[in-house]
This record gives sequence, structure tokens and C-alpha cells, in this order.
Amino acid sequence: MASHSDKEKTLGDVLRSHGVSRRSFMKYCATTASMMAMSPAMIPMIAEALENAKKPSVIWLSFQECTGCTESLTRAGASTVENLIFDSISLDYHHTLQAASGHRAEEAKEEAMHENHGKYLLVVDGSIPMDNPGYSTIAGISNYDMLMEAAEGAAAIIAVGTCATYGGLPKASPNPTGAVSVSDLIKDKPIINVPGCPPIPVVITGVLTHFLTFGALPELDDLGRPKAFYGQSIHDRCYRRPFYDKGLFAETFDDEGAKAGWCLYKLGCRGPTTYNACATTKWNNGTSFPIESGHPCLGCSEPEFWDGGGFYKALSIPTADVGETVLYTAAGAAAAGVALGALNRATKGSANKAHEKVTLEDLEK
Amino acid sequence: MDQTDSVIHFNIQASDQLTWNVEPLLHEVKHALERLATEDETSVIDLRSIPLAPGEEDRILEILGLGEVVARLNVLGSSDVVETEYSGVWVVTHYNENEETIGRFIEVTRMPEILRSQAEDVAEASERLALRLEDEQQEKQTSNKLAVEK
Repeated sequence: MASHSDKEKTLGDVLRSHGVSRRSFMKYCATTASMMAMSPAMIPMIAEALENAKKPSVIWLSFQECTGCTESLTRAGASTVENLIFDSISLDYHHTLQAASGHRAEEAKEEAMHENHGKYLLVVDGSIPMDNPGYSTIAGISNYDMLMEAAEGAAAIIAVGTCATYGGLPKASPNPTGAVSVSDLIKDKPIINVPGCPPIPVVITGVLTHFLTFGALPELDDLGRPKAFYGQSIHDRCYRRPFYDKGLFAETFDDEGAKAGWCLYKLGCRGPTTYNACATTKWNNGTSFPIESGHPCLGCSEPEFWDGGGFYKALSIPTADVGETVLYTAAGAAAAGVALGALNRATKGSANKAHEKVTLEDLEK
Repeated sequence: MDQTDSVIHFNIQASDQLTWNVEPLLHEVKHALERLATEDETSVIDLRSIPLAPGEEDRILEILGLGEVVARLNVLGSSDVVETEYSGVWVVTHYNENEETIGRFIEVTRMPEILRSQAEDVAEASERLALRLEDEQQEKQTSNKLAVEK
């Protein structure tokens, strides 16, 4: 946690006081531009903006979640460059990562909210239970009350993970806690949705860095997601796309097609309806992403992905009205991709509606 | 290793054929190099922003080859700045402290900016060296004074 005087410093001051050379700063800017999915032509502008950026206060609240999003975020810390980002923000409250606990932790939050009223960045992971406030509380305060109090003085809110952005797993049918997303409750503040189960580590830090660098929200899509990371579908950026265009599909996980690295569409891949940066940014410091490891995309950054039908059923298979015709027609022509995408979305909607609760008897069959 | 090994089968880049993104990207480099030669315009390509299949990045680097300059920088972890076989085409790779790659760029320029001594660092170094010499001089004067007193 940064001291009060640190907050007056610009990022340039912080870096120089850490003995960071201009050359190192340039490397920082180049990798930051890459991380924020910006053109290398933007590097000089990023350098200028970062040089003069002030440390923002960040308050991080965790509600109905599994801590996977924080786990993901801390994996981003493997890099010195990303560590510098965290040196350059003032993370005033994060109940998993902070050393303080109990009343002292809550006091730190109150102080940060008071001192930086109207200026702090509020990060939220987890959904909010609305059926009974007792389902999830922190220091005796319900998630709803805590969110509404912290949101009041926030400059902007970043909803991290599919639970905070759309309700996620807690909201999955039959939604026992009445879970809702941040944007279901807050309508008068700018909200950036960073979905994923969890989101890619550098996407979380990239969004934080964007706010730090430009002091403004990035360009968002119709679901409130930053276009830089969620602007294109997994399918459109997938290195296996040429196999899809040629109609070459793996039919099972161990057939010749799977071994040859063919398209996983028929094995349930949600790439065509999923918007995320996995195919280019990848995971584990750029090592690979699920499709590269031979598994279909589950579509974890899309609303209600848990209720979207069986993970291993092809998008066009669940309903009779879509049928296999689409699969084979589209497989032969890339131009049909847009129409297929629209049908896939309809299919996913039908699957959502047709979804039935799995009983214990079903599991024991 | 047996050529029928499953690892080879999974690696769809195993053949020598150029794959989908390798050739267009190399053409982009070719056009950038033409612009550098005729208009002195520099270009940077971020390899992270392009969907590359396993092995494609290695194939690009293999085709560009190794030229006359190899520099290793010690800047927030290390960075490698390498001129390829094609003068003016550089590959700049940034690593973190665990030597994991955190960024790779193809720069088409006469000299990547990160290789130059930076104005701010030069100014700071100049002050630091002057202070160092002052300190040395003071130490020398002190030891001379002590020697005279003895």
C-alpha cells in the first residue's frame, strides 16, 4: 500500500526513483502498448502519457467468486514490467492480497474512499446475491450495501470476471442466491466489463494500465467490454480457422483430424460466438490457449455460458431447426460465417431456454 | 525421434511449407523495407498481435536469419536486439526477469531506438560521473592532508 506522498508522484517520478533508465522505460512502453493491444505507432504517445500519469487509488471488492480472477491477476505479476504497473497504482483495499485484516482493513478502505472521493477506481470480482443478503457478507456488511457505498465515490468501475460482468456460475440456472452482475445494479457510473473465467492476466492489467495511462475508459463494445481485447471472435483470430474454411473437422478427440490439428467446431467449440483475446494474447505468458492445446473454446467470456447447452455439442447441433445443414454449408464457404454466427447466437438462446435442471438421479444414471 | 511420433502429428507446422500467416507477414516486412530504402520511413510490427500457429513465429525468424549485429540489453530483465540477414530488418525481443518472452517486435529501421543512448540517461550519467570525480578528488585531498599531518 502506497504512502500518501507517493500518490502525488507521477509514474515517471516513481520509475526514476526506482532507478529505472529511460531505455528501460521505453521497453516498458513497448510491452505496455503490446499488452493493451495497441499499434506500435502509439508507443511515443503512451510514453508521454505514462510519464505524466498520477497514481490512482484502487479499491478491489470480491463478492460471490472463487478467487480465480485474483489468482489470474497475480500470475501477471511474473513480469517485472507488470510489477511496475502495480507499483504505479495504489491498491488500497483487496481483502485477499492485503496484509491488514478485520477493522484495520475496513478502516483503510474507508480512508481511501474518503480521501479519493470521486477519483478512485473500483474493481469488482464476483456476483452479488439479491435473494438474501446473508448469502455473502464481508465484515457483517452485505455485498449489495458494500458495492453501492463504494460505487458512489468511484470515478469508474471495472467488473472483472464473468461473475461480476454477467452473474457467472452463481447465476447459472436455477440461480439459488438470486445472483446479479454489477451492471444490473449500477446505472449511473461508467462500467468496464472484463469477462472471462478467469480473464487473461494481461487483459486485467491492460485495462488497468489503459485507465492509468489515459485517465479514461477504453472504447467498449455493446456488452461494455474493451474492444482492444474483445473486438474480435476467437474463431476469426484462430490459427485453426483455415481448416474450418476448408471443412476439415476433428470428429472425436483422438481421431486423425484431432491429431492433425483440424477445427474443433464439431466438438463444441464456442469460438464463433466468443469474443476474447485468447487466440493472440494466449495464456501462461503467451504459451498457448485452449484450442492450441486441443480443447474447444468454452465461451467463458460470454453471458450465461454455463447455461448455453452441453460444452461438447457443436453450436449448430442442439436444435432441429438449425440442424447440420448449416454446419456443412458454412464449412464450405467462409462468406457464410456471419450468417452462421447469427444462427449460432439464436441456437445458444434456444439452448438457454431449453435448459433443464440436472437432478441427482440424472447424474447417477 | 520416430517421424510417426504423435508429437510430430500434433505439430501442424512440421512441414517445410510456408503456412497461412508466414508469407503475408514476410511481404509486409518486404514492403516496409522498400519504404525504409526509398523514403526513410520506419515501421514496427508487433508479433503478439498476429494469430500465429505453433512454430510459425520460429519459421519467420528462421527465414529472416541472423545478420551482423546481436546485442543483449540489461533493461528490466533482458532484451535481445538482433539485425537479421536483411539489413534494416531487426528483431527486438523483450524478456522478464524469469527470461520469459513478454514482447517481440520486427522493427524496420536503421537502428532500433532502444539501442541508442537516451538523452535523459546521458544527462543523468554526465552528472553522476562529475559527482564521482568530485568524490574521488575529495578523498584524495583528505588522504593527502592526513599524510602531511603524519
